[in-house]
Amino acid sequence: MDSRLEFAKSEPIWNTNNRVFSIIAGLIILLFALPLFGMNSFYLHLFIMIFMHAVMAQSWNVIAGFSGQISLGHGAFFGIGAYATSFFYMEYGITPWISIFFGMFVSAIFAVLIGIPMLRLSGHYFAIATLLIGISFQVVFQRWDLVGAASGLWVTMTPEDSWFALQFHSSKVPYYYVFLVFFLITFFLVWLLSRSKLGYRLRAVRDDPQAALSLCINVSNYKIIAYVISAMIMAPMGSLFAQYILIIDPDRVFNIEISIIVLLITVLGGIGNVWGPIIGASILVPISEYSRIYLGGTGGAVDLIFYGLILMIICIFRPNGLISFIPKDILERKKQR
Amino acid sequence: MKILTVENLSKSFGGIHANRDISFDVEEGSILGVIGPNGAGKSTLFDLITGFTKPDTGKVRFFDKNIFGISPDKISNLGVGRTFQKLKPFADQTLLENVMIGAFVKEKDIKRARDRALEIIDFVDLIEKRHHFAKELSTGQRKRLEMARAMAIDPKLLLMDEVTGGVDQKTIPGLVELVKKLKKTGVTIITIEHNINIIMEISDNVLALDQGKRIAFGEPKEIQNNKLVIDAYLGTFDAA
Amino acid sequence: MTSEIIIQAIVTGLMMGLIYALIAAGLSLIFGLMEIVNFAHGEHLMLSMFSSFWLWSLFGLDPLFSIPITILLLAFCGIITHYFLIRYILKAKMLIQICATFGLSIFIRSIAQLLWTPDFRNVDKPLLEGRIEIGSVFIGQPQLYASLVCLVAFFGLYWFVTKTETGLALQATAQDRHAAEILGIPSNKMFAIGWAIGLGCVGVAGGMMANYFFIFTDVGINFALFAFVAVALGGFGSIIGCLYAGIIIGLVESLGGLLIDPSFKLLYVFAIYLLVVIYKPQGLFGRY
Repeated sequence: MDSRLEFAKSEPIWNTNNRVFSIIAGLIILLFALPLFGMNSFYLHLFIMIFMHAVMAQSWNVIAGFSGQISLGHGAFFGIGAYATSFFYMEYGITPWISIFFGMFVSAIFAVLIGIPMLRLSGHYFAIATLLIGISFQVVFQRWDLVGAASGLWVTMTPEDSWFALQFHSSKVPYYYVFLVFFLITFFLVWLLSRSKLGYRLRAVRDDPQAALSLCINVSNYKIIAYVISAMIMAPMGSLFAQYILIIDPDRVFNIEISIIVLLITVLGGIGNVWGPIIGASILVPISEYSRIYLGGTGGAVDLIFYGLILMIICIFRPNGLISFIPKDILERKKQR
Repeated sequence: MKILTVENLSKSFGGIHANRDISFDVEEGSILGVIGPNGAGKSTLFDLITGFTKPDTGKVRFFDKNIFGISPDKISNLGVGRTFQKLKPFADQTLLENVMIGAFVKEKDIKRARDRALEIIDFVDLIEKRHHFAKELSTGQRKRLEMARAMAIDPKLLLMDEVTGGVDQKTIPGLVELVKKLKKTGVTIITIEHNINIIMEISDNVLALDQGKRIAFGEPKEIQNNKLVIDAYLGTFDAA
Repeated sequence: MTSEIIIQAIVTGLMMGLIYALIAAGLSLIFGLMEIVNFAHGEHLMLSMFSSFWLWSLFGLDPLFSIPITILLLAFCGIITHYFLIRYILKAKMLIQICATFGLSIFIRSIAQLLWTPDFRNVDKPLLEGRIEIGSVFIGQPQLYASLVCLVAFFGLYWFVTKTETGLALQATAQDRHAAEILGIPSNKMFAIGWAIGLGCVGVAGGMMANYFFIFTDVGINFALFAFVAVALGGFGSIIGCLYAGIIIGLVESLGGLLIDPSFKLLYVFAIYLLVVIYKPQGLFGRY
């Protein structure tokens, strides 16, 4: 057997760059330690929003970046998650820790129901269908009396901080850790996914569905799998967000802006890349939060102006997102000539 | 043993017959060359056999199994690989990743799939290019990529659409050698080819199509002397 | 429920449908030409209504007379859109194309919100006012004229695309831009023309609607959604299909609102879309 083949086989499958790993490990420790240094509540809020948006964007990244289907109504799953925990806590006193999973389950069901007919459609049809479905959810919840119609749900406040009810009034620190843990778990799982057989096959579906079919890949099934995974990542963020703000209404948790922002973060950071959503969220969330502070309520649209502009600029000049500025061999594979 | 039997296969698009009553069979381990002028229905025939286009009527059997009208992923799962006339590499992925996606059909484990993919890449002589993105490869190399990717699913029957189409003269002999080398591994091959000399050189049998119909089917020698084929195809090619 | 109410709903739906048809035709023209869906279509409609409003409010120009200006403004807007955004993303992946026009839509809408606040406005006492009564069916004059103008504009567009030299050049580019280039049809120029005409259609619709519709920064969203639906129903890229699809949507909206529940109007239209794309993905009327 020739030596070039032997050499190729001896290569590690993934270019495990120890320096990158130690940087990531250091960052994780830093993130856990940060609140200990007495962050004020604005910074806690900022980080919580970054974690949340990074996960939401990662959810979108799985369906759009990995499997190539553009969903413009991803807010629906966020809203389902938010309503699931709030409703079951208020009606039956079920702890959000359980109804988070219920929200994931319902989202997954909807993903299957929407996915089976819709994912057979190509490109624009699917994008428009999801846009319409996203808005339909908002319309239905605005008029659904059981869940408070347009005024939404005001979650019953516990008198004290409670891990059972997942409510913390005295400090944002517990929320910080809850969001951080979800953020880390999600990214770890998606990172595993991207390196798994499933990840390879999803990218095949994205790059060329016909070629994928010729390689025994049932394209429709894989799209549905990606859609379900994506929905199940999104729903818990809705649940946690509902616990964080404790008042939810259709215009807030089913807002089309949610569907926009996840797309924006992912495209900005780098679509199809596991790390893209973190980069995107770390840039966009501060822009949004600071503009809200400095420009106040009436200037609420200013961050959207930036968003729109950034999105267009990225599409024109850097369609692979900001992550494409980082040399590939640092992150993933080394290229040998 | 017949690996593929096609009987009276027909397909029309909006009243135009792309394939009409086509029948032929392929002996296991042989190479069938498919020839015909542009628009004769060669690629359509491939799409019908591999399930990418739903046939109207007829029979298609792979060994004893009826594969008429079933979906392409199921057909490929039975052991029918194919390449595309208009190449379809996974452009944003490396050569190795391209072939690994095929290799996962046989190997669940990622390391074993990788090693299998590397062996096949070595077989098609592109081992030095394994970490190149598919979009960076030349046309000839991408043809090899497609062959490697199709081989990775361990097909018993491999349909290759224009192995030597669109590549420069110097690259052709290497690709032809590769097809011959492939045959030696025992895989049955159906290949569409424009270059009549190559067809005569490599094929055990030849199927000639014109305007969606079979005009001849037999050994290369018979085909070469068949009047219909000469009229429809060879004549024009000699002139060109 | 009396038959008059139903006739009333049909008339209303028909009039709205013709407007949807023209808006959708602009979208469809652009899509047919370069396979790009203009997700900012609703915002362009909003701009045309505001153009009409400001010409009235600042210069006292009645919407009826400012229509040519609005059309020109929108056509110019289309050329700008093509020049600064679209021509860079022609070869990009579909995902990037969607994101780019989506970004444009957010950009236009939020700038408009910053400049003009989200308040509702309307044109006071336009020339077209009042309603006519046929039997017991009321037809608003501005609505009636808006739909008639849209219908005329629609057939004008159809005539332009199918009969004039430029229109045929557009079709040639739509079918195969490389072949068209070989024939000496510059595709970039055709794309710019396509955008100008596509948004010009929106200019007509928006200008006429300014007579009677509330004007606010989010006004375009629903119209754009309906236009997407219409384009999908009519078959992506088909212009005449938009006419039928627009009318269907208008009727479904008004009859559904009347017979079932008006607060779910959007959903009826969406349901039609979902049914059609699932069972007849090529659209109800095929392409061209």
